[in-house]
Amino acid sequence: MKDTVISVHNLVKKFGSFIANNNLNFEVYSGEIFGFLGANGAGKTTAIRILSGLSKPTSGEVRIAGFDADRQPEKIKKNIGYMCQKFSLYEDLTVKENIILYGGIYGMSKSLIKERMSEMLNKLRFQEYENRMISDLPLGLRQKLAFSVAVLHDPKIVFLDEPTGGVDPITRRQFWEMIYETAERGITVFVTTHYMDEAEYCDRISIMNEGKIVALDTPGNLKKQYNAESVEEVFIKIARPVKN
Amino acid sequence: MKRFLGFVRKEFLHIFRDYRTLFILFGIPTAEILIFGFAISMDIKDAGIAVLDLSKDEVTQKLTNKITSSGFFKKSENLLNYNDIDKAFKKGKTKAVIIFEKDFGKNLLSEGKSSLSIIADGSEPNTATLITNYTSAIVNDFTRELSGPALNKSVLIKPEVRMFYNPNLKSYFMFVPGVITLVLILICALMTSVTITREKEFGTMEVLLVSPLKPVQIILGKVMPYFILSFVNVLVILGLSWLVFGLPVKGSIVLLLAESMLYILMSLTLGILISTVSQNMQQAIFISLIGLMLPTILLSGFIFPIENMPKVYDYVSMIMPPRYFITIIKNIMIKGTGFMYIWKETLVLIAMTLLFTGLSVRKFKIRLE
Repeated sequence: MKDTVISVHNLVKKFGSFIANNNLNFEVYSGEIFGFLGANGAGKTTAIRILSGLSKPTSGEVRIAGFDADRQPEKIKKNIGYMCQKFSLYEDLTVKENIILYGGIYGMSKSLIKERMSEMLNKLRFQEYENRMISDLPLGLRQKLAFSVAVLHDPKIVFLDEPTGGVDPITRRQFWEMIYETAERGITVFVTTHYMDEAEYCDRISIMNEGKIVALDTPGNLKKQYNAESVEEVFIKIARPVKN
Repeated sequence: MKRFLGFVRKEFLHIFRDYRTLFILFGIPTAEILIFGFAISMDIKDAGIAVLDLSKDEVTQKLTNKITSSGFFKKSENLLNYNDIDKAFKKGKTKAVIIFEKDFGKNLLSEGKSSLSIIADGSEPNTATLITNYTSAIVNDFTRELSGPALNKSVLIKPEVRMFYNPNLKSYFMFVPGVITLVLILICALMTSVTITREKEFGTMEVLLVSPLKPVQIILGKVMPYFILSFVNVLVILGLSWLVFGLPVKGSIVLLLAESMLYILMSLTLGILISTVSQNMQQAIFISLIGLMLPTILLSGFIFPIENMPKVYDYVSMIMPPRYFITIIKNIMIKGTGFMYIWKETLVLIAMTLLFTGLSVRKFKIRLE
């Protein structure tokens, strides 16, 4: 019954002789929050770059929102949102100008942008910041704003590459509340993180190690399977088997 | 198209919000025109000249007056003996010393021959050469006047020198085309490479690449404002040099503007290429400044004539785009030649533009793989 929005078959990505992604296979279903975990250098970022069209796979098949990544990249682009580790709004533009810019890039009409903007600023209680420069806002606010902008055009899937890096715990919590709301709206959330507590919030998680997916299930099932208290323990058991 | 225009609008906002960018765009060209035009003048005007007159007669008096009233020189001091020469130079005001031998006037009248020495400050070779040439000319002129028709029996060939295209040998005839060439390549290449690497560094480039905007649209959108502003710059520089120095454009202004557009385009593609090879803004700035500014000043024929360089430098300068544009712009502005005489240089610039575009596209694709 579940709708598949991302399906990956035998995805391989090589950089010279280095294999960053070794034969990945997984599916992501509509409306779920899919956590993508792994130590630094495990190949998460390479995978998310391929899924979002920033990079091309060496071999394998990737389908996003029903379109083939190799043959219909333009159609995919209209259906996804993206927010990366680094901050992605323009600091020398105001909140409003950033929203209008991104709305325009995604081909939204002026009236629709206006409508969504007031909706969004209301929800964030950001109305008074409308004409402020991004550089005047604290990091937490910016990060929330960047996320809202990434889903402004109502994409089917939003890719978040370590969205909460360097953010304080309170803002991180609020950020995850926003992620939940987004998922409830029916937008699939694909998120990479290395905060293990965040992994607990996901519907399903996959753990990568040295270019391979070594585990993929709900946090609950994984904990049972590995006889662990938390995802963190699971992660340590999987990612560092030699040391245990 | 609407997407694209929104993107271009954003780029203009970036430029107009950043006073440093605006300053580099318009402040520097204006300053350079004025500095090169006025301060770095290669003409001699009121150069200090000291006189050591060991004869002190009517003739030396007349000759001294002739030299100091020429407008090129101003008497800085009268020296009493040879020991003063060194001191006079060291004080700095004196650029040259004229020494009249003892009994200068008497010898000249009785034997028809006498000698004077011109000593110039060799620590500034260019000025020294100019000064000695000017003084020699004045002295020659003086002898001719003095001898009058009486001496004219002997055959005397007097060359009548005229400078075509720049009759008064004004330096700004040379500097204005040079500054346009320098400023355009610097601004276009520097600004575009910086603005593109800035998006890379801040992570906004990734967001743009994920969006439905095509890479071509992103690059064009970033470059378009600089194309327009650089063109405005050309108009400003030409206007300034006309207003301040009275430098007219002898040839077709339409042709000049068209060639400028081509040169701007070439510089922009060069800037894009620089942005694809540099990791961050510092690198982009470094490559643009060191890689473009010095070679443009030294090797393009802007200040130092290429014909006088060793052959090796001549070959090196062949890969410098400014060399071709300087030839083009000098031809159109000063000589007033038409397209017939500059089509080769134009072709080279077109070829370079295509080459840089091709290389950037290739580099850009490799990065996406």
